[in-house]
Amino acid sequence: MHWIIFLILFPLLPAVLLLVFKSASVQKWIVLISSVFICTGAIGLAITNTQGQAQYFQIGSDFFNWLIVAGDIALALVFLYICRRLPLKLYWIPLLVIVQYGAVVWYDLTGRVPETQVCLFIDNLSLIMALIIGIVGSLITIYTVGYMQHYHEEHPEVPDRRGEFLAAIFLFFFAMYGIIFSNSITWIYFFWKITTLCSFIMIRYSLSEEAIHNAFRALWMLLIGGLAFSASILYVSNHCGTVELHRLVAMDKTIVLLPILLISFAGLNKAAQFPFAKWLLGAMVAPTPSSALLHSSTMVKAGVYITLRCSPVLENTWAGMMVAFIGGLSFLAGSALAISQRDGKKVLAYSTIGNLGLIILCAGIGSHRVLWAAVLLIIFHALAKALMFLCVGTVEQQTGSRDIEEMHGLISRMPVLTIIMLVGIAGMFLAPFGMLISKWAVIEALANKNPVFAPVVIFGGSLMLFFWAKWMGKLVSVIGPQPSQEKGIGIEWIAFYGLGLLTVLICALYPLVGRYMIEPLYGYDPMLSWRVELTVGIMLGLMILLPLGFFVHWKNLVHVKPYLSGANVTDPHQFMGSFGSARDWSFKNYYIHKYFGEERLFRGAIVGSIVLALLMFFMVKP
Amino acid sequence: MTDLYAPIGHILLYIFLAPLFGGVLVGLDRIVTARMQSRYGPPLLQPFYDVLKLLRKQNLTVNRFHSYFLCWFLVFMLVSGSMFFVGSDLLMVIFAFIVADMFLVLSAYSTNSPYSSIGAERELLQMLSAEPMMLIAAVGLYMVTGSFDVSVIASSGDLLILYLPGVFLGLVYVLTIKLRKSPFDLSTSHHAHQELVKGVTTEFAGPSLALIEIEHWYEMILLLGMVYLFFAFNTILAVVVTLLVYFLEVLIDNTNARVKWELMLKSAWLVTLVLGIGNLFVLYFVFHR
Amino acid sequence: MAFIKRSPWIFHYDGSSCNGCDIEILACLTPMYDVERFGVINTGNPKHSDILLITGSINTQNQQVVKTIYEQMGYPKAVIAVGTCATSGHFFAECYNTLGGVDTTIPVDLYIPGCAVRPEAIIDSVVQSLGILEEKHKRRQGAQKMGAV
Repeated sequence: MHWIIFLILFPLLPAVLLLVFKSASVQKWIVLISSVFICTGAIGLAITNTQGQAQYFQIGSDFFNWLIVAGDIALALVFLYICRRLPLKLYWIPLLVIVQYGAVVWYDLTGRVPETQVCLFIDNLSLIMALIIGIVGSLITIYTVGYMQHYHEEHPEVPDRRGEFLAAIFLFFFAMYGIIFSNSITWIYFFWKITTLCSFIMIRYSLSEEAIHNAFRALWMLLIGGLAFSASILYVSNHCGTVELHRLVAMDKTIVLLPILLISFAGLNKAAQFPFAKWLLGAMVAPTPSSALLHSSTMVKAGVYITLRCSPVLENTWAGMMVAFIGGLSFLAGSALAISQRDGKKVLAYSTIGNLGLIILCAGIGSHRVLWAAVLLIIFHALAKALMFLCVGTVEQQTGSRDIEEMHGLISRMPVLTIIMLVGIAGMFLAPFGMLISKWAVIEALANKNPVFAPVVIFGGSLMLFFWAKWMGKLVSVIGPQPSQEKGIGIEWIAFYGLGLLTVLICALYPLVGRYMIEPLYGYDPMLSWRVELTVGIMLGLMILLPLGFFVHWKNLVHVKPYLSGANVTDPHQFMGSFGSARDWSFKNYYIHKYFGEERLFRGAIVGSIVLALLMFFMVKP
Repeated sequence: MTDLYAPIGHILLYIFLAPLFGGVLVGLDRIVTARMQSRYGPPLLQPFYDVLKLLRKQNLTVNRFHSYFLCWFLVFMLVSGSMFFVGSDLLMVIFAFIVADMFLVLSAYSTNSPYSSIGAERELLQMLSAEPMMLIAAVGLYMVTGSFDVSVIASSGDLLILYLPGVFLGLVYVLTIKLRKSPFDLSTSHHAHQELVKGVTTEFAGPSLALIEIEHWYEMILLLGMVYLFFAFNTILAVVVTLLVYFLEVLIDNTNARVKWELMLKSAWLVTLVLGIGNLFVLYFVFHR
Repeated sequence: MAFIKRSPWIFHYDGSSCNGCDIEILACLTPMYDVERFGVINTGNPKHSDILLITGSINTQNQQVVKTIYEQMGYPKAVIAVGTCATSGHFFAECYNTLGGVDTTIPVDLYIPGCAVRPEAIIDSVVQSLGILEEKHKRRQGAQKMGAV
């Protein structure tokens, strides 16, 4: 219990300190020390609490409930303050704030919200999320220190407010821990909105017109989710008699399906599923650490986390099936759209939307084996995606571009970073790494009971393979000895090595993760059978041996130039043209805008998802 | 410990016998092709002569990595095929197969050569076209037999083909893609198609090329093994059907010109949707309700 | 190594030929003459081939190309100059841009005169070159054993 309070409240301290102390080196030490504390806290919590049973905690007095209400009011005022300079035609943004907060605060103050006794709880899912936030989050925060240093060197026009950025990160930790440990949905609502605020602060960091515009777009889209959340609080207060989540998910479905559906809707919204995908794509304009932390491994995971919490209610209902369909649609659309993107961060964003869609699909279906796979997906996706975002961020800083075509031959220019990137990409789709094991588990689970969904996962997986593989191809092209572009990367290496190692390690240890962390939640899964573990073990062992071959000197290799119909010249990227002068040749990947381009697919996905969302709400009636 | 002998035996049989059978099948392919073209064709064992000659040639490389990646192509192909013939999970067999193919693609990309890179890109498109159908075939087999394990499927005794005709036809369609036969030999081809020189295999010479050839034999035996599963209830019938399917592929190879990747992708996905997923739907609604 | 005799793969390059000899080479691949009986495959790639069949003479524009292609073939390799133009330049030999036959640029193992060369002569030369390839292979192996290569 004390660990929980520590984890929730402690990050506020560095947040405040970072606003007070402006010196970069002091900030670095604050960040490092706090990260170590948070990381240790999360690990300590995990070690001391793996009995597997959910534990519930009561807080004696009503004081904290009133604190949350005060927090709500303060947050509403902050949001209105943010909107103060908006043009009148965007009236609906402050309107969203007023409506949802007005309703919730009124209910709170007039005592219509039932009393909460059990405010905090943990179970293994919270522990897993806590570990992800603690470990992955800390590594990203450490990376941020180095990243922001380079960022401000390269962008002198952006005012240096890195203290605010780092403070927003720690505020975010506070909010995330609040979400995963809270049992009362009013509390979750409060912390939920704080993550929205953090997202807003981070997206608008560079204060460019595009950044501010995208920040407001993220704000209003996320406020819609908040509106759904507040509507569910009102409904629950009127009809269900309790706001405690653990009681709500155990209630009779005919009473509780609608508010749970509203909460799932908020989850879909936060996880940037269609039709809300646009805010995540716009958020890519933010500095990379926010993309890594908020928009791939943690905040959007809160969305899928809450949907997973709701899945016991969604199981075996038509509404739940619609949630699964929205997830499936997002998976397919996200994977297809990523094929046509050249911007590295956009590819990662669409891939995130896709993978979260897969997790939502599992949550909507709700059977135990599927949920087992979903948790595995959460873990591995958080690791690999965070790693990829950090790598792309550094590549952009070192080479000046995050266009995938500019990453041609990166293995010759930045060998160590490229190998880590290859581990990250492989971790996203290749056997025997984590995401593949998770997808395998999903297909096996779906084939069991819901085979109609298996093709969605299969097609989405094949699409994913295409865009990841062609990115790998770009990185792996060997262009001959080049000057290294890796100089100047400092503290970021901690994050790279840490996340890279974890990606491989957790994959190797997935049976342990499964047995001790997931099995208590959802029961035994055949993925833990010794035959599966042996197969994965053999393949992973082989993969780990792979880099060794790079150090062997192969005998009898004769180096020749690539075949260019005999027209080779000295420069490998040129050939002798027909007028007797050397001409350039270049090769670009296929982006296939005709079929996978944003113009057609994006609109189609939005229309499809709106239809499904409407169906979802209509199917609540028994 | 004794129950390890059978799997190890199967693995060794696969590792040593598959290339022999594969080579003979390729030799048959070339003879049948020649006869269809009113020629005599090479001797039956010609593929073996080719490989043995290539092994003794100079190993020309562009950099020291791409041949190394090819070794891993072989390793994972052996892993995939061994898993299949040992009887383990069909999904993982296909995923390991994908990893093997990925190493071929990476090997081609790493050469930084235009023909190789185009070949690699097209190889990825081929994978995009063919993999969904293969995985759906696995799901279909699960729906009928209740297990993904090849050993269970092979010994189930059900007339799988009666339950899964659409899936089988779909699998035969994408078999053309995986076996690199016209009209779907976009990434590399055994015939002299100079539009992309040799595509994926352009920069490989001597022993590397021999390795690719051997890997194709292993691949072919694995794929024909998947076809075999649908008729596994009767061994002789299954072998005959497998050989007939192979002959059909040779026939298609000789009567079609290569198509553009768009036609390959669209037609493969159409076949997957209509035949593959349609079959799954019928199974689900007719038998599970 | 007997196997190179059983599986000679050819690479055909047109230097500046009028295409007469080229068509005769391609005729060898047709059902009429069917060189695949001998295991011959026409690869489009020097890195895959053993025998280089060159038609036409060498001029200033293609000299470097021919050298590059020859370098991109692996040992053991043989060069056959098909047709009189490849042998000596024929009556183009004194043109301002023609440098002569193939042997001005790369070592040639077999010369087949003719304008155009008959398919039977081409097949005969390929068969003869098999012996040359075998000999080269043996010599190279011997040199390798002595550590010279």
